[in-house]
Amino acid sequence: MGKYVPNTEAEQKAMLSEIGFSSFDELFAHVPEEVKLKKELDIPSGLSELEVRRDMTKLAEKNKIFPLIFRGAGAYRHFIPSIVKSVISKENFLTSYTPYQAETSQGVLQSIFEYQTMICDLTGMDVSNASVYDGATAAAEAVAMCRERKRKKALVSSLMQPDTLETVKTYCHGNGMELEFIPEKDGLTDIDYLKAHLDPSIACVLIQHPNFYGNLEPARQIADLSHEAGAKYIMSVNPISLGILKSPKEYGADVAVGDGQPLGLSLAFGGPYLGFMACLDKIKRNLPGRIVGQTNDKEGRIGYVLTLQAREQHIRREKASSNICSNQALCALAVAVYLSAVGKQGLRQAAELSTAKAHYMAKELEKIGFRPAYKADFFHEFVTVSETPSEKALAALEKQGILGGYPLDEKRILWCCTEVNDKRGIDEAVQILKEVK
Amino acid sequence: MLIFEKSRAGRGCTLFPPCDVEPAAVPEKDKRELELHLPELSETEISRHYTELAKKARGVNDGFYPLGSCTMKYNPKIDEDMAALPGFTEIHPLQPISTVQGCLEVIQTAEKYLCEITGMDSMTLQPAAGAHGEFTGIMLIKAYHESRNDSKRKKIIIPDSAHGTNPASATMADFSVVSVPSGPDGCVDLEKLKEVLGDDIAGLMLTNPNTVGLFDKNILEITKLVHDCGGLNYYDGANLNAVMGVVKPGDMGFDVIHLNLHKTFSTPHGGGGPGSGAVGCKAFLADFLPSLMVVGEKEKHFEKPKKSIGEMKNFYGNFLVVVRALAYIKTLGKEGVPEACHNAVLNANYMMDKLKDIYTMAYDEVCMHEFVMSLEDLKHKTGVSAMDIAKALLDNGMHPPTMYFPLIVHEALMIEPTETESKDTLDDAIRVYRMLYEEAQKNPEKLHEAPVTMPVGRLDEVKAAREPVLRYEWK
Repeated sequence: MGKYVPNTEAEQKAMLSEIGFSSFDELFAHVPEEVKLKKELDIPSGLSELEVRRDMTKLAEKNKIFPLIFRGAGAYRHFIPSIVKSVISKENFLTSYTPYQAETSQGVLQSIFEYQTMICDLTGMDVSNASVYDGATAAAEAVAMCRERKRKKALVSSLMQPDTLETVKTYCHGNGMELEFIPEKDGLTDIDYLKAHLDPSIACVLIQHPNFYGNLEPARQIADLSHEAGAKYIMSVNPISLGILKSPKEYGADVAVGDGQPLGLSLAFGGPYLGFMACLDKIKRNLPGRIVGQTNDKEGRIGYVLTLQAREQHIRREKASSNICSNQALCALAVAVYLSAVGKQGLRQAAELSTAKAHYMAKELEKIGFRPAYKADFFHEFVTVSETPSEKALAALEKQGILGGYPLDEKRILWCCTEVNDKRGIDEAVQILKEVK
Repeated sequence: MLIFEKSRAGRGCTLFPPCDVEPAAVPEKDKRELELHLPELSETEISRHYTELAKKARGVNDGFYPLGSCTMKYNPKIDEDMAALPGFTEIHPLQPISTVQGCLEVIQTAEKYLCEITGMDSMTLQPAAGAHGEFTGIMLIKAYHESRNDSKRKKIIIPDSAHGTNPASATMADFSVVSVPSGPDGCVDLEKLKEVLGDDIAGLMLTNPNTVGLFDKNILEITKLVHDCGGLNYYDGANLNAVMGVVKPGDMGFDVIHLNLHKTFSTPHGGGGPGSGAVGCKAFLADFLPSLMVVGEKEKHFEKPKKSIGEMKNFYGNFLVVVRALAYIKTLGKEGVPEACHNAVLNANYMMDKLKDIYTMAYDEVCMHEFVMSLEDLKHKTGVSAMDIAKALLDNGMHPPTMYFPLIVHEALMIEPTETESKDTLDDAIRVYRMLYEEAQKNPEKLHEAPVTMPVGRLDEVKAAREPVLRYEWK
């Protein structure tokens, strides 16, 4: 069996006897007998490192790695520069705790300060927190932070990524906030419905942009409508799109959230990812989560600390608006390294490449009968409608080692391209689909 | 120097090939006009920047890290390797179910082992962290009472020694919090508990051993009292390392539990995440669990529990953290799990024993995996505070223990050595703690100045909060 206890049995015995115990049983004698386990755990015996490696590798091999992926729907395969893994594997980062002891954690704190700055830069917002769990919880926390005494209802576009929508629902059921979904119309959030349902009880309006179908929402118009009704406006955005699309600030958002996974995090069967969350200065004290600020020591040396902690659970306890504490620091580091590596040119390039490939694929698919389901402009995801049953089309691709789009129903498929999809791969997929009858 | 100050226009890395299809135009109304300022750096500069930052960070790999209630064990390297296998990292969460059987087996096996260790019947791995697990668990309790139309249960009982996330989690589920004071022994005061029990109580949140490191001997009576009034018992798994393989929370009368895989099951903390806050429950609550459960043997698939509380986040949780935890449990096995627990408790008692002649122990009795010292006397006599000792430890190459927690102990230092530290490391730490105690008598001024060997001295936190600078501003 394997173990990570350095002390030998003889050393353990000696330590026990040095502090007055003859055995572990005696050391645990104060634990009531009636709750103690009477038999050993029903799990397998421990293994050597070699055996564990064999076992786990076998499990990994039971999964199929698709060399070509045209599926997004909330998780995106982008190119990850090698420098990202190199940095996040550094043990000082990997094995450190939350930076409560600031003097010995300046490296972690500075990296978070830099991350916050980059998120503000991308979104155009004034203040970013140090991350939350993922895009779904970021949206849910954003809705909660907009609640006011007299405004307890959220209007949420139904064209959010489905897990995000469900997560918002769970959080609202938890804290008692009312929730109403804005239906879709022609692949976009129904503006007329929104207009008809904005009233003084609405705390916030939440949309995803590009929405779940990849379509570009009338984001500015929704901002104006929300603000006229006195509601806050939350935009959940794809961070890669911000290389070329207007920032939430330019659209008029009060809070910007999203999933940071496209920025250097692997698909990893859904996690760990990271949620980013940023807002305008005037509501920063409602922002949940850790925030790092700059300050100095007695000698005037610049340093970084966790700050604005009066918002947080360890100070406010039951009066805190969120219970969130440590969450995805290492993922935030990965995002910061990714954004440093791509730089301002590279982020634009990734966005341009992704949207170009998606538009090329959409055109090619249209030629073979997978027509665009909506007229709206899109970024790097789009929906096709076809007479060929979705499952049949996708099965044909799967057979050739290609993960096709995400099936929405029998006829509609949600496709995605990023910079990793080259023309050859797209042509190959289209060719396979062409032959499906 | 910040990475932005190192940026030079025109520098960069060459990451992407030229576009091999026709470019797509962005509609005018959606075109970004706001300038991007992301840094422009060569790979050399990025690599060196982060190497420099890493030097100003401290991990378990750097040395002793006895943060009470945080369980900073050594993080095995095999677990990192396994979490980096392409068969896990390259898998899209929405792939056809037949192509992700390995992932499903990881989840199912981890759930099975964790259920066995905790005495629970079902487990979800979706929650991403301890606090997220707490919220999930409390939502299960809420759903349970709702399903019985028992609408008057609006209160959750939480001891005053609890971590701040407990009351905050209860609030997120719209419960009000009833705080019960701890007795003089640091444990739940049974009489005070009885006073607040009634038909408005939804449940109790508790950790055992409690936050002062003591096993509450009345645990069966406590959980029974709560059950008798119709409430449920929630176990905060923060301190599971003290009992795993020796006592199952399920056998102590708990109905719901969250675990911190990043504490007890040795996955790295990453400077504050990602972790995993797995939530287990007894069978009668399983139908309320969130998200999707893995079912089936040969051909595994997902099923949504019948009365699920819904999703707590995207997809299936921090999957790669679960991979690490599974590799860890497979390594330890049924022998290694209790062995780790035994040695965690031994190491804590050993250190406590070697310090208690000079430092005041908040509770002078056999502790579990951690113990709390109160430096109130020391501060009174010498002016040296828990903060001073903590900062002086930094100058001696050691990470300080948890300070000023739990709130019920004044000038608290909470020490959790964990089982992965050798006697040599403990002896060295004991020597340093004793030396600092002497120093406090002789030269208190020096301790107020600590740390002096770090990149910065004590930082002005008041200024940070009053005049917040939360980002770099471009000129």
